[in-house]
Amino acid sequence: MASTATAPPAPGRRRRTPLARREARWAYLFLAPWIIGFLAFTAGPMIASAWLSFTEYDVINPPEYTGLDNYRELMADPQVARSLGNTVYYTALHVPLVMAISLGLALLLKRVGRWQGFFRTVFYLPVMTPAVAVGILFLLLLNTQDGLINRGLALVGIEGPSWTTDPDWVMPGIVLMSLWSLGSTVIIYLAALQNVPRDLYEAASIDGAGAWARFRHVTLPMISGALFFTLIVNTIASLQMFTEVYTMYFGNRETQNRFNSDAASFYVIHLFQEAFQFLHMGYASAMAWLLFVIILVVTLVQVKLSNRFVFYEGEDR
Amino acid sequence: MTTAVERTAAAPVPGAGPAPAAARRPPAEDARRPLWQRVAFVAALTGASVIFMLPFVWLVGASLRPREYVFAPGFLPVPFAPGNYTEAWSAAPLLTWLFNSVVVGVAAAAAVTISSAWVAFGFAYFRFPGRDLLFGLVLATMMLPFAVTMIPTYLIWSELRLTDTQVPLWAGNLFGSAFYIFLLRQFLLSLPREYFEAARVDGASYPQLFWKLAFPLIRPALLVAFVFEFKASWTDLMKPLIYLRNEELFTLPRGLKVVLDRFGYGGEQQWEVVLAGSVIATVPMIILFFLAQRHFVEGIATTGRKG
Repeated sequence: MASTATAPPAPGRRRRTPLARREARWAYLFLAPWIIGFLAFTAGPMIASAWLSFTEYDVINPPEYTGLDNYRELMADPQVARSLGNTVYYTALHVPLVMAISLGLALLLKRVGRWQGFFRTVFYLPVMTPAVAVGILFLLLLNTQDGLINRGLALVGIEGPSWTTDPDWVMPGIVLMSLWSLGSTVIIYLAALQNVPRDLYEAASIDGAGAWARFRHVTLPMISGALFFTLIVNTIASLQMFTEVYTMYFGNRETQNRFNSDAASFYVIHLFQEAFQFLHMGYASAMAWLLFVIILVVTLVQVKLSNRFVFYEGEDR
Repeated sequence: MTTAVERTAAAPVPGAGPAPAAARRPPAEDARRPLWQRVAFVAALTGASVIFMLPFVWLVGASLRPREYVFAPGFLPVPFAPGNYTEAWSAAPLLTWLFNSVVVGVAAAAAVTISSAWVAFGFAYFRFPGRDLLFGLVLATMMLPFAVTMIPTYLIWSELRLTDTQVPLWAGNLFGSAFYIFLLRQFLLSLPREYFEAARVDGASYPQLFWKLAFPLIRPALLVAFVFEFKASWTDLMKPLIYLRNEELFTLPRGLKVVLDRFGYGGEQQWEVVLAGSVIATVPMIILFFLAQRHFVEGIATTGRKG
């Protein structure tokens, strides 16, 4: 048996030339900013936050280890249950509505010729509006007596609800507001629709498919990748809803009591308040990890489902 | 407007549409449809557009009415009260906040664009052990909710004594961001490798390859990254809420929230000030969109970024 010290390099192992090593050094130099940022602002904080979630920490005094207490408290906290319930309710309404309306608008836009750019702009401009301004605008549009929305409903003989003050109507009002900013989803669908090869429609027509059959058996499968993508992105975003609702109902001692803010409480808003208003940093960290787990599970379920429904045509997505 | 829509709906002009697909459409398609379908199409498109535009129209109209008319029915600025804007201007340091938003936005956008391009070049050009694993890690960070890292990140800036400065609003961007690294890498991979090999043979160093060759070639993608991040920074409320106490340092969204709390419900009920402030915060974004429309649409369509 040859001694390992004198054995030539194992055949499985590629020999690296000095040039390759020099290249690798440069490669890591290019990646260095991201690696440093990842360690300092992602991996490090993740570890710290995981650890903090097992402590009681108010920033002033050093963290105190409390084991699973935060998580136990979390499970029994009615505020957490309420805000999580609201968030799920909002997501369950917001995501399907955004997808359906965006698809409708994209189908309309696809048929527009020269003016397509103009109408695309019309649907996208609300997305450019700063979220705080959207919150302010809809606080007024949803006003019970003088709001534009209830005035419009009155025109068709409907007495509009108290969108901003009736606890049962706060959440539908927020969903309504959220639908104004669906422009990016429209643009994604429009791009997907324009990538569907025309000959598929022609072939389907020749085979006797009507408008609905073409939509069901050509359009939907061909854009299922985009549908799936927007399902995931919109779900993740709406589970983290913060700015518009915080603007409307929180952060102001006067209005926070006056306008039943329990009904408008979202998970991330509650988390933010626990962390930066009540300085329950440990508890808020536990809340953040619960959110992470929820998002992971929801996304995994959606990916699993998509394997059944999404049609991938050798495209390089 | 309606007649123009009708005309284009009836006979799309090939090649005039902004999207290539519009050019491929045979002009006769819509002319073949029955009249009622064409009417329904125009009605649906016009109706939807009006619904999406009305909030803007109301916002601008109401912001130009005297206080007691803000909630009056109608959209027009009657009676006309442009003085609301000078009032808003003196009621709150809007100009300071506007300036802060521009400074923070440019710093955040420039930092993330340059650093992400630098990192993306590393992933696109070099072959080295662990590359695909690392790139997978880059993509994985996109899934992480902001809330998980929010508290320790705050503690870091607080430890560095940089809370209540604007530094935390943009300095995190110096290390690149997963979404833009992904976007710029895609663009870099589409460039012919021979360009770079030729420059190497001519004795260019790697940083020269990046600055002199790659950077100018991916300019359109860099602009996409810049305008997206500028918009994200302009709109952000959470970070200014966490880090800023001093009103002089506020960005516009943070300032606007103060204006709402001070002059809106539970405050002075001077809604005209709140509305004028909202218009002032929104107009720069509308201008940005018209200047960079192509980049926004391209960025969303190719990457599926949520606005």
